Amino acid sequence: MSEFQSVCSVNDLIPDAGVNALVNGQQVAVFYIDGKVYAIGNYDPVGKANVMSRGMTGNIGDALVVAAPLYKEHYNLATGVCIENDALSVPVYEAKIENDVVFVKV
Amino acid sequence: MSKQKIVVIGNGMVGHNFIEKLVASEGNQNFEVHTFCEEPRVAYDRVYLSSYFSGKTAEDLSLVTPGFYEENNIKIYMNDKAVDIDLKAKTVASEAGIIIGYDKLVMATGSYPFVPPIKGNDRPGCLVYRTIEDLEKIQAEADKGKVGVVVGGGLLGLEAAKALSDLGLETHVVEFAPRLMPVQLDDGGAALLKRKIENLGVRVHCSKATTIISEGETCQNKMVFADGETLETDIVLFSAGIRPRDDLAEKVGLTLGPRGGILIDNQCQTSDPDVFAIGECALHDGITYGLVAPGYAMAQVVVDQLNNKTATFEGADMSTKLKLMGVDVGSIGDPHGNDEDALSYVYENGPEEIYKKIVVTPDGKKLLGAVLVGDAEDFSNLLQIMLNDMDLPEHPDALILPNRDGGGGDLFGPDALPESAQLCSCYDVSKGDIISAVESGCCTMADIKASTQAGTGCGGCIQLVNNVLNSELEKRGVEVNTDLCEHFAHTRQELYHICQVEEIKDFATLISKHGKGHGCDICKQTTGNIFSSLWNAYALEKDQIPLQDTNDGYLGNMQKDGTYSVIPRVPGGEITPEKLIVLGEVAKKYKLYTKVNGGQRIVLFGAQINDLPAIWKTLVEAGFESGQAYAKALRTVKSCVGSTWCRFGLDDSVTMAIEVENRYKGLRSPHKMKMGVSGCTRECAEAQAKDIGLISTENGWNLYVCGNGGMKPRHADLFATDLTKEEVFKYVDRLLMFYIKTADRLQRTATWLENLEGGLAYLQDVVINDSLNIAEELESQLQTLREGYACDWKRVVDNPEYAKRFRSFVNVDSPAEQLFVEERGQLRPATEDEKLKGIAVEVKELV
Ligand SMILES: Cc1cc2nc3c(=O)[nH]c(=O)nc-3n(C[C@H](O)[C@H](O)[C@H](O)COP(=O)(O)OP(=O)(O)OC[C@H]3O[C@@H](n4cnc5c(N)ncnc54)[C@H](O)[C@@H]3O)c2cc1C
Ligand code: HEM
Ligand code: SF4
Ligand code: SF4
Repeated sequence: MSEFQSVCSVNDLIPDAGVNALVNGQQVAVFYIDGKVYAIGNYDPVGKANVMSRGMTGNIGDALVVAAPLYKEHYNLATGVCIENDALSVPVYEAKIENDVVFVKV
Repeated sequence: MSKQKIVVIGNGMVGHNFIEKLVASEGNQNFEVHTFCEEPRVAYDRVYLSSYFSGKTAEDLSLVTPGFYEENNIKIYMNDKAVDIDLKAKTVASEAGIIIGYDKLVMATGSYPFVPPIKGNDRPGCLVYRTIEDLEKIQAEADKGKVGVVVGGGLLGLEAAKALSDLGLETHVVEFAPRLMPVQLDDGGAALLKRKIENLGVRVHCSKATTIISEGETCQNKMVFADGETLETDIVLFSAGIRPRDDLAEKVGLTLGPRGGILIDNQCQTSDPDVFAIGECALHDGITYGLVAPGYAMAQVVVDQLNNKTATFEGADMSTKLKLMGVDVGSIGDPHGNDEDALSYVYENGPEEIYKKIVVTPDGKKLLGAVLVGDAEDFSNLLQIMLNDMDLPEHPDALILPNRDGGGGDLFGPDALPESAQLCSCYDVSKGDIISAVESGCCTMADIKASTQAGTGCGGCIQLVNNVLNSELEKRGVEVNTDLCEHFAHTRQELYHICQVEEIKDFATLISKHGKGHGCDICKQTTGNIFSSLWNAYALEKDQIPLQDTNDGYLGNMQKDGTYSVIPRVPGGEITPEKLIVLGEVAKKYKLYTKVNGGQRIVLFGAQINDLPAIWKTLVEAGFESGQAYAKALRTVKSCVGSTWCRFGLDDSVTMAIEVENRYKGLRSPHKMKMGVSGCTRECAEAQAKDIGLISTENGWNLYVCGNGGMKPRHADLFATDLTKEEVFKYVDRLLMFYIKTADRLQRTATWLENLEGGLAYLQDVVINDSLNIAEELESQLQTLREGYACDWKRVVDNPEYAKRFRSFVNVDSPAEQLFVEERGQLRPATEDEKLKGIAVEVKELV
């Protein structure tokens, strides 16, 4: 069940921004930073809505993060853990680009 | 313990200030307070009385927070005058027949204007200038007449002259002495002031004694002078000094001074130990003070004693700084050099019309006095030197010579001042008070204002207070860290400037040259905003998308459930039935919750991201434009219905609002901006609560700036009066561009102004007088931005590339699941509980 599925072409991505993908019935937020893709759950555990893909990206110290668009908590794109409150997290999924196609494993 | 009964006679500036201080004092619960108020309204600000003519209302001038007396259980007898005091029985009797006992009595009866005993001084049109009722009479006479004469060329007289000339009268000032402001100025300063005032169209006649006022030929009155000359005038406004209101005190046997005034000692006690006198009615050490600050100091002295603390009033400084008819004037200490051996230094600059003089002790060590006309920048500096008895530099003239090469700079920085130095005289705030405020956590000028009140009176001390604040912060190693975030060691202003000068239009270039790392939501949002303020950058361009907060990026405000609101612009709140029908049809088709918001617009809530382009296609085709409710930009221009329909309206506020809205729509600014236009001073559009407010008057538009509602409401300041539409646009163009250029990140105009060094006067100088010589540049920048305006949503409708951003999923064409419930015939987001219980429904199922 758990295997990489193709989601879209890199051309559908926008550098430093996110898109939402439906994979196995799950909403997955996919971000494209410095030529690499990062995938996390699209559900915002604080705002309780499917919005993470519409957050702004950046770094805090060494961590690449996305800011939840509703109340602006930051989540580490590599681990899914919330910077402001480490009791909170979003699921993290493996993601890769091969031949300009984006794959996510849910 | 029974309460001490305190009775206050007179509810003027000082009487009210006394009660405020008493209520705030620690012994507050031990007092029962009664006060007699002869006037028909509670205490108001006489200092700003003249602003009544430039649009302020009696309510604006009030010093009393509504409900203050009721909440603090203070009995105030309105419209009732104290007419008798029984010092033995300790009772006060009023005109209305009330008799109340007191333990301590406080007289704060103020003064009355002196009208010289000239024959005919009671003719129609002969008026004085002290109360709001006086102003109403002046207004009524001015409506009928053409010419006004002020008798007396002192501080008040010149202010009255300004009021008359603002009312459109041909204005004259007649002064008995050979120069204007004889008390405060020397001949040189007065001569320059006279020249400047005459340039403004007011005629000044010095060394003139009026002998008689009789019926005129061309006007209602004729003044005849000792030298035989005459002057025809409709209004004669006496401003020949004030006299203490000591008649009641005299009647009951309290000791007066030889030339009037209720005699008080250093405790503000009169000849009866249970009676105090404070404010202008009191005579202390041979002086009655015609200024409000000494009265406030006396009030404090009495409040302290009632709280069983020792306190003394030892006289006050009468130095003054003010703007008279737009001319800066300052007078410090003894400007005449009455001490024979005193030395003086004079600096006079003919072309720039500046006159400065300082008077120093014979040994050149200490400052005795100063006169400043045309440029009063040195006022606080000089005043502090004199009040704190500081030693002068070797060459005292350095204090008033222009500092052109930037060499000398501040001879006396904020650190040279002792802690006792009084910085704000309106609210008696010392340097020590500012230091304690900083210690308790104040970091900005706005904090300081809120916690100490410094700078909230006349505003003259703001620069000095700010210098002290910064120096204290620096000392504490509160590195005043103004870095935007970890990625940029710059403020928003600096970044704006960098992007402008280097013509940077994308984030990658900016961060590689001037920052580090990947950026974050803070610096990205800020730069995105700067790019759109500078270059009209469009949020949906590929390189701008990552810089947009979700609202800006998806051209709608994200609601709690991740859906968006749709808010078309409705300029002037004016909407045709056809357009209303389209809105209704769109709402019906997409099942949108529909609500009229507080900004005269109709909002459709609950739009799913993938429906946005289609919704807007319908709206754009029906002639709607984006309302930019999602952006840091102009939101709405609220207007009343104005002269077209309203029987009070003086001008067409709707047309004005539409023009203003169309002029500034889409303009990106550091934070959202709201504006308002009212057709008359009834102010139904609440324009004074907006960033930009316009109110129509008989002579044009009054412009108010930097107000806001929201979390911390701030009344807008009156910025300029009687403007034409063209002038309004000119000033607003300049002001908005200056705001965009200099404000901090997410700083609304209200906080921007609060923190602007020099405050309102500085802003007026920049915008109206173009003191920085940038007006032309500001106007042309704004024009470029305006010309580049395009509706954000029309661009999406016209370009499928942009519309791609609005897909729910990058890989599937269906919408995302979104749950609602029905309430009052419309949909709203389902709560977590409702989702669990399965009550919620998907829109798909309903359509
Ligand atoms: C146009 C104008 C501009 C000014 N500008 C400045 C300025 O720039 N800076 C500055 O420092 N000062 C200024 N002043 C002076 C300042 O307003 C006064 O110093 C201040 O108002 C004095 O306060 P007070 O309470 O002593 O008197 P008031 O404010 O006059 O109050 C006295 C009150 O007592 C009432 N009263 C009197 N007798 C009785 C009675 N028997 N029973 C009941 N009520 C009674 C009066 O009706 C009045 O309401 C200005 C004054 C005017 C008129
Ligand atoms: C005959 C006189 C007046 C009538 C018939 C009238 C009527 C109305 C109506 C119907 C509304 C809309 C209420 C709503 O939002 O549902 C309104 C709003 C309002 N009116 Fe009046 N009004 C009158 C006079 C005034 C005056 C004199 C003022 C100002 C002093 C004023 C200030 C306001 C304000 C501030 C609002 C709120 C506007 C908003 O936020 O939408 N009104 N008025
Ligand atoms: S502000 Fe004046 S003109 Fe406008 S609606 Fe109110 S009363 Fe009428
Ligand atoms: S006042 Fe508060 S709850 Fe109401 S719309 Fe504004 S932010 Fe939301």
